[in-house]
Amino acid sequence: MLKTFALGGIHPKENKLTAKIPCEYQPLPKEAVVMVSQHIGAPATVVVQKGDEVKTGQIVAKQGGFISSNIHSPVSGVVKKIEPVADAGGVKRNAITIEVTGDDWAEGIDRSENLIEEIKDDAKTIIQKISDAGIVGMGGATFPSHVKLMPPPGKTAKYLVINGVECEPYLTSDHRLMLEKGPEIVVGIEILMVALGVKQAFIGIENNKPDAIKAMKKLTSKKKGIKVIPLKVQYPQGGEKQLIKAILNKEVPSGALPIEVGAVVQNVGTAFAVYEAVQKNKPLIERVVTITGKHLSSPKNLWVRIGTPVSSLIEAAGGLPESTVKIISGGPMMGKAMSNLNAPVTKGTSGILVMAEPDTARKPASECIRCGKCVTVCPMGLQPYALMVYGIKQMYDKLEAGKVMDCIECGSCSYTCPANRELLDYIRLSKSRLGPFIRNRKS
Amino acid sequence: MMQFLKVSPSPHIHSGDSVKRNMYGVIIAMIPVFLMSLYTFGLGALVVMLTSVLACMFFEYLIVRFLLKQQPSLSDGSAIITGMLLAFNIPTNLPVWIILIGSLFAIGVAKLSYGGLGRNLFNPALAGRVFMLISFPVQMTSWPLPLVNRGLYIDATTGATPLAIIKEGLKNGQDYAELLEKVPSYFDMLFGFTAGSAGEMSAVAILLGLAYMLWRKIITWHIPLTIIMTIFMLTGLLKFAGAPAADPILYILSGGALLGAVFMATDYVTSPMTARGMIVYALGIGVLTVVIRIYGAYPEGISFAILIMNAFTPLINTYIKPPMFGKPVKVKAVTK
Repeated sequence: MLKTFALGGIHPKENKLTAKIPCEYQPLPKEAVVMVSQHIGAPATVVVQKGDEVKTGQIVAKQGGFISSNIHSPVSGVVKKIEPVADAGGVKRNAITIEVTGDDWAEGIDRSENLIEEIKDDAKTIIQKISDAGIVGMGGATFPSHVKLMPPPGKTAKYLVINGVECEPYLTSDHRLMLEKGPEIVVGIEILMVALGVKQAFIGIENNKPDAIKAMKKLTSKKKGIKVIPLKVQYPQGGEKQLIKAILNKEVPSGALPIEVGAVVQNVGTAFAVYEAVQKNKPLIERVVTITGKHLSSPKNLWVRIGTPVSSLIEAAGGLPESTVKIISGGPMMGKAMSNLNAPVTKGTSGILVMAEPDTARKPASECIRCGKCVTVCPMGLQPYALMVYGIKQMYDKLEAGKVMDCIECGSCSYTCPANRELLDYIRLSKSRLGPFIRNRKS
Repeated sequence: MMQFLKVSPSPHIHSGDSVKRNMYGVIIAMIPVFLMSLYTFGLGALVVMLTSVLACMFFEYLIVRFLLKQQPSLSDGSAIITGMLLAFNIPTNLPVWIILIGSLFAIGVAKLSYGGLGRNLFNPALAGRVFMLISFPVQMTSWPLPLVNRGLYIDATTGATPLAIIKEGLKNGQDYAELLEKVPSYFDMLFGFTAGSAGEMSAVAILLGLAYMLWRKIITWHIPLTIIMTIFMLTGLLKFAGAPAADPILYILSGGALLGAVFMATDYVTSPMTARGMIVYALGIGVLTVVIRIYGAYPEGISFAILIMNAFTPLINTYIKPPMFGKPVKVKAVTK
């Protein structure tokens, strides 16, 4: 029996079109747009000025608080402007626009392909290097990684859980990374283990990636303390709490962080970035992005510099098909629909999904038939149908008692509902209304 | 390039499941039962089924269109299900005018007066059946004999159901072994060759429908299995303790136990929404059915049992919650 999480879950069609396509390098853009807020937390503070020359890998914005992240220039060139630019959702946010002149790297960055296995640094230096390199969670949540590596006082980490699940349909960036950069990821995991002072690491990989499971098992067979755990395919297994439940059989308490049960979860992409930062001194300026969709002529996996416009990735995949109705940054379950294709790739862009009707059509909602399917699939054990009604009626006491804030917004309820009800839309709205009150009360 | 892109919140894909798919799934699951009723009762079963389904659809259209002044949604299939279930629950010699009244009550009172599909408190077909049973007790309890009445409708020869024979006999102090000889064999009951309502009788056909609905994931095992196990174990226990009861297998195979457990109690709208709630609800149905059958005035009790537990469904939904992920962290009280 393969391991998986216990409560709820769904199995949407996987559609991993690009699983067998090796990563290619996307050419440098003419103009790189570097958003100053690509992570959860405070925006970074810009440290360059208009007209400055910058080199690839040079810091352009420093972290603006404890929960924040450094940002580096992904190209070499001249700072053209520092002003708000429309992001993927069309909202204008502060960004540094760099006119690209070439790819002249800053000093001290090791760009060779040699694998450096020996870890010389101690925990403190490693965390400092990770923080300096601007590494954030690469799975899409973009939480600054150094914060996760510093457990709050009184809490100690016992296990490192590496997330190679990639449960979102269509996306294959983590899958390809495990196949192509396996040795580096394993060193990255060892570095993370040193940083946390843990002796046990588990790599969770869903069973629909047998090649990645085999490769990672082979690489870790001689490594003490690192174990690959094949998992039954079930969405949303890539959620932190679900992954911990599947691998460690521990439930992170409601409202708490994984460290409460002694676990720290990092994505395989993050492990790779950690390797590059610590062993090669290379900041996070590029990542693998899956460009996919059933109607694209050549969907592919690309190594992309941060700041490259999404439109150029779509061109690289064969151009935008006529039938396109929706373009999603991320996967189809949790990704965000884009309204602006000139928006740049950020640290959290794991994929660009081009969709046509009827794959993404929203059908009109009808009356709830009380079938209870939303309750059955909810991985957090909530009652989505009730939360939706409470949300419409603005019954905040009931929403809080119904643990609306526990919702991980995986979308399983809306995906399943036979009446096409907008369950998650209303739950999200309630969360955004209720959240500030609950946080204020706590502080 | 000037294309308009849709922007909406996630998720961007859907399972493709729909109300229609579930409703028509139930209708498909009921087809074996209908075929068996045709084989056993012939013409009567056909007349009753046609009248009931057409009447339910007609009343639904009429009331929604002209009384509620909304767009009728007959195509969702729920009126057809109500009609079919109603037909399964009545004797095949029931006059058309009674069926019409029953259909009107089921659709007009039990379903649409609450606000239509998704809002009704009671299973419409069962409410219709019980309304007819109380209003027309004589017509509703004269059951055509199986296999011999295929060409007949109103004037079919009738007889008592196995449950009625047993109940009456035990009340009069007859010996159970003697009574058993008067009722059909278990084999006949399995295929439904006994006197009774149109669709109640054939266990094989009903179980076929159950298997189909489980396979298509239209329903889960919780409600049917719990009801049947409860009836089986409780009647076994009572029989062992010396109550005036028949043996457990007879209680499962005869009467409406299977039809109720598989098609009536599992109605989405009127049953609880969590697995735990479903089990509580099904336990209640099982216990009430047995109590009514053995100690009540009626030989059959599952319709009443389901309706009573329907009334408890909102309460069950409020108080029996699914197991939540992660128990909340204990917040230390702030002391001044």
